Amino acid sequence: MMIKEIIFYILALVITVFSIMAVSSRRLIRSATYLLFVLLATAGLYLLLDYHYLFAVQIAVYAGGIMVLFIFAILLTQKPGKNITPEPLFQRVMAILLSGTGLIFCGVIIYKNVSKVYHYVESAEIPVKEIGTTLMGTGKYEYILPFEAISIMLLACIVGAIMIARKR
Amino acid sequence: MLLNYSQPLELNKLTSRIDAALHAALPEFWAVVIELVLVGILLIATYALLAVVLIYVERKITAFFQARIGPNRVGKYGIFQTVADVTKILIKEIIHINRIDKFLFYTAPFFIIGASIMAFGAIPFGQGLQAVDFNIGVLYVISVSSLGIIGVLLAGWSSNNKYSMIGAMRSGAQFVSYELSAGIALMTMVVLSGTMQLSTMVESQRYCWNIFNGHLPALVAFIIYLISGHAETNRGPFDLPEAESELTAGYHTEYSGLQFGFFYLAEYLNMFIIASIGATVFLGGWMPLQINGWESFNQLMWFIPSYLWFFGKVAVLIFFSLWVRWSFPRLRIDQLLNLEWKYLLPINLVNLLVMVILVLTGLTLTDIFK
Repeated sequence: MMIKEIIFYILALVITVFSIMAVSSRRLIRSATYLLFVLLATAGLYLLLDYHYLFAVQIAVYAGGIMVLFIFAILLTQKPGKNITPEPLFQRVMAILLSGTGLIFCGVIIYKNVSKVYHYVESAEIPVKEIGTTLMGTGKYEYILPFEAISIMLLACIVGAIMIARKR
Repeated sequence: MLLNYSQPLELNKLTSRIDAALHAALPEFWAVVIELVLVGILLIATYALLAVVLIYVERKITAFFQARIGPNRVGKYGIFQTVADVTKILIKEIIHINRIDKFLFYTAPFFIIGASIMAFGAIPFGQGLQAVDFNIGVLYVISVSSLGIIGVLLAGWSSNNKYSMIGAMRSGAQFVSYELSAGIALMTMVVLSGTMQLSTMVESQRYCWNIFNGHLPALVAFIIYLISGHAETNRGPFDLPEAESELTAGYHTEYSGLQFGFFYLAEYLNMFIIASIGATVFLGGWMPLQINGWESFNQLMWFIPSYLWFFGKVAVLIFFSLWVRWSFPRLRIDQLLNLEWKYLLPINLVNLLVMVILVLTGLTLTDIFK
């Protein structure tokens, strides 16, 4: 148990520090890299919970897909070494205040209510087969309708992207 | 019972004995910590050692393909050539370059080597020689190996050099497209074996390798996997991210000394990882050659330790990779992307469907001859 706690605190520290660095960095591509570290540490939390499927999906989708797209977009639009001009002081102060208020608001709600609803999930690995049948099943608590809805939406996205990218 | 005596060279007895001794002598916490450290050191040592061997093998085989002799001065047949090269690279100066993004420039090699080591950790090298055996084995390998491309992109961008940048962009486009093919080819085999766990996959191929079990679609998937795996490692006819004649060295132009060594090491080990996943998924992994019913033959085959079977199969695939590398001219970037998006991907999707029909109608080899 102690090892898990130590790893959890390391991951939590990484997530906090790099989230702050991601929003405070002057260079866009560094921000993207720090965000990547945050996402990887989140994947680490899933691994700690023995939820291996979500861990792999988190890495494949966020690190392998979305971050590569982010970095590509930044590479195509930004010059190396160029700094972003910082926002005016008033706006920065307001942003800090606003996010601080949001943090306190959510934190209080979660802290007050979490003890009423939470229960420990027994940390056993969920086999992929079960996830697959649940995703594709039509019974109660099974998810074929959302799955298909999302797939149609993604198809629409692909068609739209091709329409925009086409020469004529 | 007989198997206990017929496997004199297997390492799983040694590892379980060490495990028992550690748990008997120390409290739970420290035993686990020591085991973690031991496994980590062993993996990294194997990683480095394999790179040294692979570089020598590649140079020698390349030389034979080109009717040369290859390295032959350091030791008999030049066998210590790479040891000398590695020593040289270790003591070389790391050149510090002005006007680069320092943080990203120095982190990029670690992304590449880290992704490669993480994928390396999940490979079943032999009976009981697998560091982590995830339920999602194949998916895990695909997802962690996709981290490497971020290192390439960051390296190219932070070098503040147009050639590096072009190399990185090419590499990004190439990797993202071919990763899709490799993933779907592996998923075809997941459909066939009904599991993603690498150890179960090896066990299920005891009497019939997946490539024979799924005959036609499995063969197509194997060929597509080899092509796209080869493209993912930026080698052979697909080496335009680092095309020497156009881009000096592509994304790692500005790196020197040990940092360049990281890129070099990761490239060779990625070749090994692709080959070993191929061997595990298609060719039965570490499982010795077994024929249903020939009991004494099977026992005899178990005398050859499982890790030798594994490395033998991997060596065949690596030889294929080198053969391709020195036989075909380099593709242009548009040809490369055409090959993936207009040929491999549609074939692959149809192939996946064919495999599903094959499994559902019971036309796999084991079903037919049951």
